[in-house]
Parts: sequence; structure tokens; C-alpha cells
Amino acid sequence: MVSEMSQAQEKELIYQYLSEISDPEIPVINIVEMGMVRGVLFRESKLEILLSPTYSGCPAMDMIDHLVKEKLQSKGYDSVEITLVYKPAWTTDWMSDETKEKLRAYGIAPPVGKATSKKGLLNEDPVFCPQCGSKNTEIKSMFGSTACKALYICKDCLEPFDYFKCI
Amino acid sequence: MELLDLSRFCMRLGDSCLIMAHRQSEMCSKGPFLEEDIAQTNLGLDLLGQAEALLIYAAELEGKGRTADDLVYKRPERGFYNFMLAEQPNTDFAFAVVRQYIMTLYLSRVYETLAKVDDETLSGIAAKAVKEIAYHQRHLGMWIKRLGEGTEESHERIQTAINELWMFVGELYEEDELDFKIQEVGYAISGDEMKAYLMANISSHLTEATLSVPKSVYMTTGSKKGIHTEYLGYILAEMQYLQRAYPDAKW
Repeated sequence: MVSEMSQAQEKELIYQYLSEISDPEIPVINIVEMGMVRGVLFRESKLEILLSPTYSGCPAMDMIDHLVKEKLQSKGYDSVEITLVYKPAWTTDWMSDETKEKLRAYGIAPPVGKATSKKGLLNEDPVFCPQCGSKNTEIKSMFGSTACKALYICKDCLEPFDYFKCI
Repeated sequence: MELLDLSRFCMRLGDSCLIMAHRQSEMCSKGPFLEEDIAQTNLGLDLLGQAEALLIYAAELEGKGRTADDLVYKRPERGFYNFMLAEQPNTDFAFAVVRQYIMTLYLSRVYETLAKVDDETLSGIAAKAVKEIAYHQRHLGMWIKRLGEGTEESHERIQTAINELWMFVGELYEEDELDFKIQEVGYAISGDEMKAYLMANISSHLTEATLSVPKSVYMTTGSKKGIHTEYLGYILAEMQYLQRAYPDAKW
């Protein structure tokens, strides 16, 4: 593409472009922060982007696919191929503390604990209310507005909120 | 194991996920309350994602140039290999709960085994699904208990659903030649092991929920050969309508 750049620099630039794409369902987080971008590969005549779906049936996946192609095409990459990688399975453990804080500030309680433990996976630890910080919260439904979230209610400030499930 | 065998195995599993996903999608706007309505359709969404991944892989392994969409939209009823339990209708909420509860127990064991195989694609799909299914299991287990211990009416209705769906459980641990090939390479547990696992769990959950395990011994069979109950045809009629009316239509 840009001949004077080394491949490492170009890769970094591509990551930069990809981080301009936000998750269609959580606009404050981009797909790189989500940990969905698993690799950028330079093939002979095309660019291959490896993506890991968050949930098997995530309806945002198609949209993300389109957004990635659109973004890279606008940067001059005409031939972009997207490959879905299932292994290792995407996990909320890949979110940085900074990303979790962004979620919280947006009003979504970030995943508590690690998905590698069964306790974390089935959210048995207390979930803090993203509005008032209370841990006096209660699960209303294990499935919230999207597959990746559960619905909670805060018993102190009485606000309902989404909890990003630990998976 | 030959690629075609693995393809067929993925197709069976993918078909069950697909047909259940369709059944769950029918629950949209029919849940007993809003949160549960969302939960029911979310169960379907997870299953649809699993079905898609499995059928894409089945089509690839088959190597006949068919896509996952071809498999879903262009096979006739006799070409589907989902369990009959998966296609049973949402007669009432209790039927949907019992169908999904039993199938989820089955799937959790299947995916647990597959998550450890050396096939990268399959173990990746399974490792992801195992986590999703853990949520399903907990959610549906809660409903079994809640309806069983609820009112006289809820107890009776869930017991009826269990009794009526019981004849379809036998297929989950039945074995044919393909199963033996799959078991040989460690991609599946034996039918006996599956039966013991299902029966132990079902019996302890039902007892806890003051429900009883049916005594009837007759178990129906046939889906591994493409034989189904009358319900599958109606599902396909709706699911495949557009592709049959407008072949290869895209949006």
C-alpha cells in the first residue's frame, strides 16, 4: 500500500483505522478494545482481517463485517477479506480495565471476575450499580437487551441497568 | 474418520440447533412477561449462531460446493437430521421450557466433549457454545423448579409437557454407525454414558421440583435417517418459503 512504511507500521495503522469502528450495540467501545480483532495479515493481493465473534449468534457481526470493509476500502484497501476465528473463543477477560471503566461510565455494569471460573461465568459475585455504585443489586433476567447482557436492578437507587455478562 | 463423516456429524448437531432456534424465535411476543420474552428469543439467537457455525463447517467438509444457506434452505424434510425433540411445538410455555431444558442438558455434554478435540474449528465453536449453554442450563433449570413448585396449574402443565415429550428423549442416546465412528476418535461420548448423564440430571432436577420422571419405556426413533414428526414440515414451509419462491434471493 504505502511503500515507505514497514509492514509493522502499516499494521499499526490498520489497527488504528479499525479502532475507529465502534461496536454497533455499545457505541463507546471500539472493536479493537472489545478484543474482536484477532489479527491483520498481509496476503499477496489482499488484506485479511481476523475477527472473533463475541457471541455465536451476535446479530452485530454482519454489521461489523461491513463496517470493517467499508473503513478499509475508504483507506485504499480494495481487497479485504474477513475471516472469523473461533479459537480461542472470545472472552470478556480480554477487556482492559480502561475498557471496563468506559462501559461503566456509559451505564453498563462491566463483567465481574474471570470467565475461566464457573463462579465468574454465572455471575455469582456482586454486580455494582453503574449509576450509584451500590452493590445492593438484583438480577431481573439473565438475558437483557442483547445476548451479551443480563438485566439488573439497583435496590438503592432503583435504576434498572444492563450487566455485561462474564463469558 | 473421513471428512464426510465429520460433515454429517456437524450437520446433525447444526440441524438440531437450527430447528430449536426457529422454535425459540416463535416465542417472540409470546413470553409470559417481557423479560422472559427477551430471554426466550436470546436462547434462540445463541442456538442460531451455533447452527450457523456448525453448518458452515459441515458444508466446507462436505466439499460439494454447497453453502450453509444451501443446507438450510434447499434440503427437503427427509434431508434434515435434527432430533425430533428439537422440532416439537411450543404447545404452551411449559413445552418450550421442557424441550429446551432437555436439549440443553444434551448439548452441554456434547460441547464439553467437542471443546477438547484436536479439530481447531470444532473445538473453537464448542468452547464458545459451552459458555452460552451454561447460561441456558441455569435459566431453564430455574423454570423447571419454578413451574414444578408453583401453582397446581403450573405443576400440572409442566408435568404434562414432560410426559408428552418423554418419548423423544431416547433419540438423544441412540447410536448408529456414524456415532460409533465419531466415538472412536473421541469426538462424542457413548450412548450409555449420555443416557446415564441425562437420566441422573433429569431425575434429580425433577424430584427437586416435585415432578416425576415418566415411567413409559416407548421411545420413538428415526431422525438420524431423516424421519420426523409432522411438525418439521411446517417449520420448513415457513423457513424456506422465500428461497423457494425466489430462488437465490439475497438482501
